Amino acid sequence: MADTARDPPPDRTDFHEVEDGEDLFPEPSAAPESQPASLSAVDISTNSNGPKEDSFFDDDNEDLFAEATEEVSLDSPERDVLLSDGPSPAITPITPPTSVITPRIGHQHDDMFTHSSFDEMEEEEGGDSFDINISVSDPEKIGDGMNAYMAYKVTTKTSMSLFKQRDFSVKRRFSDFLGLHGKLASKYLHIGYIVPPAPEKSIVGMTKVKVGKEDQSSNEFVEKRRSALERYLMRTVKHPILLKDPDVLQFLESTELPRAVNTQALSSAGILRMVNKAADAVNKMTIKMNESDAWFEEKQQHFENLDVQLKKLHASVESLVCHRKELSVNTAQFAKSAAMLGNSEDHTALSRALSQLAEVEEKIDQLHQDQANADLYLFSELLGDYVRLISAVKGVFDQRMKTWQKWQDSQMLLQKKREAEAKLQFTNKPDKLQQAKDEIKELEGKVQQGERDFEQISKTIRREVSRFEKERVKDFKMIIVKYLESLVQTQQQLIKYWEAFLPEAKAIS
Amino acid sequence: MMEEVNEATSVLSVYGHTIKVTEALQDGDPLTFIIVSQKLSGTGEYHVDRTYDDFEWLQQHLYAQEDVPGIQGVIFPPLPVRPQANASAKVMKQLGFLGLGEWQPYCKALETFLRQVAAHCILSKNKAMEVFLTSIDPPGRQKVKRNIFNRLSQAVEELRKEGHKDVDEFFQTERDHNLVLTGHARTAVEKFLDVALTEQKIAVACGHFAAALQICVENGDDPEKRAFSRVCAKLSEVFDSIKKNMMSVAVNDMNTLGLGLDLDWRYQEAEREMLFRRTCKLVELENARKNVERAKPAKKSAMEEVKKAAEGEFEQICKVAKQEIVKLNQERVGMVQKSLTQWCEQQLQTAREGADIFNQHLQAFKAMA
Repeated sequence: MADTARDPPPDRTDFHEVEDGEDLFPEPSAAPESQPASLSAVDISTNSNGPKEDSFFDDDNEDLFAEATEEVSLDSPERDVLLSDGPSPAITPITPPTSVITPRIGHQHDDMFTHSSFDEMEEEEGGDSFDINISVSDPEKIGDGMNAYMAYKVTTKTSMSLFKQRDFSVKRRFSDFLGLHGKLASKYLHIGYIVPPAPEKSIVGMTKVKVGKEDQSSNEFVEKRRSALERYLMRTVKHPILLKDPDVLQFLESTELPRAVNTQALSSAGILRMVNKAADAVNKMTIKMNESDAWFEEKQQHFENLDVQLKKLHASVESLVCHRKELSVNTAQFAKSAAMLGNSEDHTALSRALSQLAEVEEKIDQLHQDQANADLYLFSELLGDYVRLISAVKGVFDQRMKTWQKWQDSQMLLQKKREAEAKLQFTNKPDKLQQAKDEIKELEGKVQQGERDFEQISKTIRREVSRFEKERVKDFKMIIVKYLESLVQTQQQLIKYWEAFLPEAKAIS
Repeated sequence: MMEEVNEATSVLSVYGHTIKVTEALQDGDPLTFIIVSQKLSGTGEYHVDRTYDDFEWLQQHLYAQEDVPGIQGVIFPPLPVRPQANASAKVMKQLGFLGLGEWQPYCKALETFLRQVAAHCILSKNKAMEVFLTSIDPPGRQKVKRNIFNRLSQAVEELRKEGHKDVDEFFQTERDHNLVLTGHARTAVEKFLDVALTEQKIAVACGHFAAALQICVENGDDPEKRAFSRVCAKLSEVFDSIKKNMMSVAVNDMNTLGLGLDLDWRYQEAEREMLFRRTCKLVELENARKNVERAKPAKKSAMEEVKKAAEGEFEQICKVAKQEIVKLNQERVGMVQKSLTQWCEQQLQTAREGADIFNQHLQAFKAMA
C-alpha cells in the first residue's frame, strides 16, 4: 500500500477549511478563496476582502469553516513571535493543512461543507456514520536488553470511506503513539481542540519488561499499557476533526512509520507540561483578562473543581485496588493454613472438611483477584485517563488566554504606531511616514486577525467542552455498567461456591 | 464482701446451656460483663455483673481443687486473655478475633467458657461456679492465692520438661499430634484474622470512594452537568452497597469461623497444658523412683511413701486425661462442624443479598442510559 506523500503543511495560525472554489458565504463580495488543491504553500493576501467579523460569529451553529479568508501573511514577523514562545523548538505549532480532506476522499467530502451545522457534520461525517473500532493487541517483545521494546498490533475495523480498507492491522511501538500525540498536540492544542493525551511513559515498568522479568507485575504493566493505548486511539478517532487528520490516518494505515524522534519532548505529559508552563508564564505576565464571557469563567472553575475531585477519586480507587490485592494474598495464605490443618487431622471427616475449606478459599481468592483487576482496569484507569484529559482541557483554556493576550498586544502596538505616525505627520520625512503607514496597515490586519483568532478559539472551545462532557458521561456510564456486570457475576459465582460447600460442612460427623 | 467458698461439691441451680454474657459495659476502667442464666426451678433468671478479675477468681478456684483425684488431667476450658480498653497493638494481637468489634466476640468467648465449665462433669460441681453465676455481690475482688497451675507459663527450666519422653504410646502420640495441631491452628487463626481485617479495610475504602463521589454531585441547569452528577450519585450508592456487603462478609467471618478457629486453637493450648502437667508428674514420679533406689535405709520408707503417692496421683491423672482427650476429640468435630456450617450459611445469605442489590443497581444504570 503506497503512502500518500504528505508535504509539511504551511505554517498558519488558524485552522481553515477551504473548499475548491465553493462559496461558503452568501455575500457576493467573497474573494476567491485560496486554492487548496495542493498542499504546497498558499499565497494569501492580507487584504482579502472576505466577509467581515460580524458574519463570522453569529452563533455556534455556523459552519466552522465559514471564516476562510482573512489570513495573516506567511511572512508576518509577529507570527514568528506567536510561534516561538511557548512550546520548545522541538515542537513548532503548525496549522493543519488547509485541505486535510481533499487528497483522498471522493464526493462525500463535499457534503461536509454544505452542512450548516457542525453538529450535523459530527453525526454524518461526510456521509459516513461513525463506525470504527480500534483494538490494540498482541504485545510482542522485540530485541533484547535495554534496546528492547514492545510492539503492539493496532487493528482497525471500519466501514468509513475515510479509509482505504475495512479491516487492517499495523505494528506500532510506544514511541509511535507518543509521536502521534506530539504531532496532534502541536497542530490542534493552540487553537482550542482538546487533544486526548497519550499514556504516560514508565521507566520502571519498561525496564522490567526489557530485562525480561516475567512476573505478575510486569505482565500487569504490559496489559495496562495495551489497554491504555487502545483507549487513547479510540478517544482520538472519536474526535471528528482528529479522525481525519493525515497523521492519524497514516498511523492507523501505514505499514512503515518514520521513527518519532525526540520522544522525550513528545511525551504527552511533557507537552502538557510545556503548554501549562506557557500558560503560567502568560499568567505571570499579569493577564487580567476581562472575561466578558461568563460561560468561560464558570467552565474554568468547573474544570478546576473537577480536577481536584477526580484526583481524589483516583486516589480512593487506587487504595481500594491495593486492599483487594492484599485480600487475595491473605485468602491464599489462609487457604494454605487450612489445608495444613486438614492434613494433620486424624479424623477423616474433619480432615476432609478442612481440605474442602481450603479449596473454597482458594477459589474465593481467585475471585478476589479478578475483582481487583476489574476495579483496576476499569475505574482506576478511567479516572487516570480523565485526570490527564482535564489537564488537556485546562491547557486549552490557557491557550485561549494566550490568544487573547496576543490580540491585546497587537492592539497596543497598533496604538503606539498610530501615535508615532501622528507625530511623523509634522516632520518632513515622507519615506518614514510611508513606512509608518505601511506598518499600521499591517498591524490593523494583525489586530483583526488576533480578534478573529480569539473568537475562533472561544467558539472551538465551547464545542469541544460540550463534546467532552457528553463523552465523559458516556464513558463513565459504560465503565460502570461493565463493572456492575462483573460485580454481579462475582457474587453469583460466590453463591455457587457456598452452595456447594454447605452440604459438605453439614455432613461432618 | 467475700463469700466463704469451701470446696464442697454442689449442683448448679441454673441451666448451663442458657448462660449468656449479654453485654460488656465500659463505664469506668474495668470492663463489666452482664451474665444471665435461667434458674432450674423455672422461676426466672439470674442477672449478675462480673469483671475479668471475677472470672480469674473462678478459674483459680477450679484449679485449686486438690482433693479431686486426677484434677490435673482435666483439660480446662480456656479463659480468654484479659481484655483492655484502648489496648496496645501487642495486646490486640494476643486477643486476635476476640478484640474485634465492640467486645461482642469477647463476650461470646466468655459465654462459651462458662457453658463449658457448667457442662463439665467435674468442674460444674465446684461451688465457686454457683457463687459466680448467682451471687449478687461480686464473688471476691480479693486475690485468691495464685495457684501456679498453668505451668507452661513458667520458668524456662520447667519448659524443658515438655520434651520428656513418655512411657505410654497413646500419650506420646497425643503429645506429638497436639504439638503439630496447635501450631497449625494458631497459624490458621492468624491468617483468617488477616483476611477479616482486610475485608474491613476494603469496606472502609469503599466508604471513602462513595463519599468522594458525593462531592462530585453538583446542582446546575446544564444538562451535561446534571447527567454527570446523576452518574456520580448512583455510583456512590453502588459503592455504599459494596461497603455494606463487605462489612457483612467480615462480620460473618468473625462471628462464625473466626470464633470457631480461635476456640479450637485455645482448646489445643489447654490440652497442651494438661499434657504438660501430666509430663511434669511423670518426671516427678521418675525422680521419686530414683530417690527410693538411692535412699539411705533410714529415708527409704519415707521415699517409698512419696513414690507411692506419686504413682497414685499419676495413675489418676492418666485416667482422667485419657477420658478428657477422647471427649475433646469428639467435641472438636462437633464444634468445627457447627462453625463451618454457620459460616457457610451466613456467607451464602450475604452473597445472595449482595447479588440481588448489585443486580438492582445494574438494571437502574442500564435504564439510565
